[in-house]
Amino acid sequence: MNIALLGNPNTGKSTVFNLLTGMRQHVGNFPGVTVDKKVGDFDINNQQHIITDFPGTYSLYPRSKDEEVVYKVLSDKNHPDFPDTAIVVVDASNLERNLLLFTQIYDLQIPTILVLNMSDIAFKKGKKADIQRLEQEFPGVTIVEMSARVGLGVDRLKEAIENFNPSLTVKSNFTPDFQLLPMEDLENQSVEAEMRFFKIRLIVAKVIAQKELLNDTKSNKIDRILVHPILGYLIFTLVLFILFQFIYVFAALPMDLIDGSFSTLSSWMHESLPKGYFFDLITQGIIPGIGGIVVFVPQIALLFFFLSILEESGYLARVVFIMDRIMRPLGLNGKSVVPLLSSVACAIPGIMAARTISSRKERLITILVAPLMSCSARIPVYTLLIAVVIPSKMIFGFINLQGLILFALYALGLVSALIMSTVMNLFIKAKEKSFLLLEMPSYKMPRWGNIGLNVLEKVKVFVLEAGKIILAISILLWFLATFGPSNRMEIAVEKLKNEVSFSQLNSEEQSHKISSEQLANSYIGIIGKGIEPVIRPIGFDWKIGISLITSFAAREVFVGSLATIYAVNDDGEENKTLVDRLKNEKRADGSKIYSLATGVSLMVFYVYAMQCMATLAVVKRETKSWKWPIFQLVFMGIFAYLGSLVAFNIFN
Amino acid sequence: MDTKLSLVSLGETVTISSLLDSSLKPKLMEMGLVAGKKLKVLFRAPFGDPIAIDLGGYVLSLRLDEAKLINVS
Repeated sequence: MNIALLGNPNTGKSTVFNLLTGMRQHVGNFPGVTVDKKVGDFDINNQQHIITDFPGTYSLYPRSKDEEVVYKVLSDKNHPDFPDTAIVVVDASNLERNLLLFTQIYDLQIPTILVLNMSDIAFKKGKKADIQRLEQEFPGVTIVEMSARVGLGVDRLKEAIENFNPSLTVKSNFTPDFQLLPMEDLENQSVEAEMRFFKIRLIVAKVIAQKELLNDTKSNKIDRILVHPILGYLIFTLVLFILFQFIYVFAALPMDLIDGSFSTLSSWMHESLPKGYFFDLITQGIIPGIGGIVVFVPQIALLFFFLSILEESGYLARVVFIMDRIMRPLGLNGKSVVPLLSSVACAIPGIMAARTISSRKERLITILVAPLMSCSARIPVYTLLIAVVIPSKMIFGFINLQGLILFALYALGLVSALIMSTVMNLFIKAKEKSFLLLEMPSYKMPRWGNIGLNVLEKVKVFVLEAGKIILAISILLWFLATFGPSNRMEIAVEKLKNEVSFSQLNSEEQSHKISSEQLANSYIGIIGKGIEPVIRPIGFDWKIGISLITSFAAREVFVGSLATIYAVNDDGEENKTLVDRLKNEKRADGSKIYSLATGVSLMVFYVYAMQCMATLAVVKRETKSWKWPIFQLVFMGIFAYLGSLVAFNIFN
Repeated sequence: MDTKLSLVSLGETVTISSLLDSSLKPKLMEMGLVAGKKLKVLFRAPFGDPIAIDLGGYVLSLRLDEAKLINVS
């Protein structure tokens, strides 16, 4: 059977999905919409069933972009994703509101299994539903009680699916002469909702001895602290601090391992494989390209691990609640906090997380400023430059100057993102009114299975989305760096070999020297020299120019490129040789190339410049037009240039 | 006495009497804000906005702008 899984948000719908499919799930696309389609399959007695997890909605009629898919699929019997059967998951402790969506689906005469989830919580709240009476109200519907969070009722659900025969279900209506309304007909949708709730209330009164306004006192007590005007923000700051500490501490070891393994693999293959351009492409283009993607996996996985815990526990809804008023004047929304936080690991999952923002304008602004948050790819660049131009000393006796500068770079990114969003707020027109209507789920212990699957999904998205572009750019850059016009590179290398000083070097130094000379005369070297007049005012030379261009694959490639240009080993970690080399680089007039002014200017450049093709591609996909990624490239480019110009002149 | 939800003080329990017409009306209704429904104002975010209300079974947060669309008694 082809099953559609539907339900309100916070009903444990995804938990039901994970319980049924386990690891047998993947993310695909609905034709024509950007919403991710989570599909999984499972067998019951050798019978395979396909299940699609639709976005959680309160109604069939869409109230935001990502909800449209529910309406589009279910209203069109010829839609390729139109289901044989619907499983509607409802929160048994909150039947009234949850039944609205269910009755709409029932009226579409889609054969339905109704899952009364969280029945244990409902029972505790004194809201035990009379299943038989409920089944009488909806002929043809199979009702299953579950407590998916604790894994109860999965067998009952599977049994129900096995015994369910869509073709035999009774065709009956909740609404006499039901007509599906057009998406835009808001007025009649209100009338319909009113009518439905009127009837639903009568049913709920029969099915449940409902106690009104019985609130979950434990959650309320926690809330008094977590949304407290002072404590609330203090706790949020503390949570963020711990989160990032953990990420950097725990990610460091696997990242070093990955980095080390890939460079070992690359040099081992370079030595053992036969010589030739094809093998060079593999060892110097493709393998480092893949390494450059995989190295970010630990940080991204950890960030989403912690974010999922916060989300599953119910805390994130409180963060949205306390941040909304602060974010609003900036043209953002309480819900912008998560995308911006995610962007500190990588802008790509961050930009995708902005989908939950219902106002088009607030979502767009969030997407546009997200890449200004300093992502993990900038860290190697910052660390190298700080080591070169910032002295390692203590100020006020206890603050490490280098650490302070690193913090300042992050702060610069954040503050710029907030200022930019305020400015954009004035210029981007809103098509619809912005609003915030968010359910605050009660606090729960996270379900580790859900968290694991969520992390896996996010990592997959990053590796596939960003990965293919990073890889493609890496290959393109390898070509530009390996080939030059006619035999320009050969001539340069011949000339180098004839120099007296060259013969005095050992063989390793010689081969570094040759690579450096080749790069300088390759296409990319020529481009670097070509842009030198433009970047000279901000303190950069053509060697930095080359590295800026190669950064378009991923920002951290900057470090590797400089290592090649200066003919030293990139040891991946402290890069002592590269740092020493850069410190001693002099211009013809004897002044330092990597002076404080140039270093700061470069750092500022990296805070602002939109040097990530993968992000641009994702922005294009999310906004469905080239207009916004190009706008982003241009405004961030202008910011980068002007920012560097100011920084260079202040420090020079 | 009819008033707007945005003016109800903390801890008070009121009943929804009607919703003002706006493009948000169906959305508000679908989230359970329908005439006749009882609700209690639970807490306010710092700066007084948004607010969180108990809708008999679940907690909903909404901005004062949205709360202004809801008449209660």
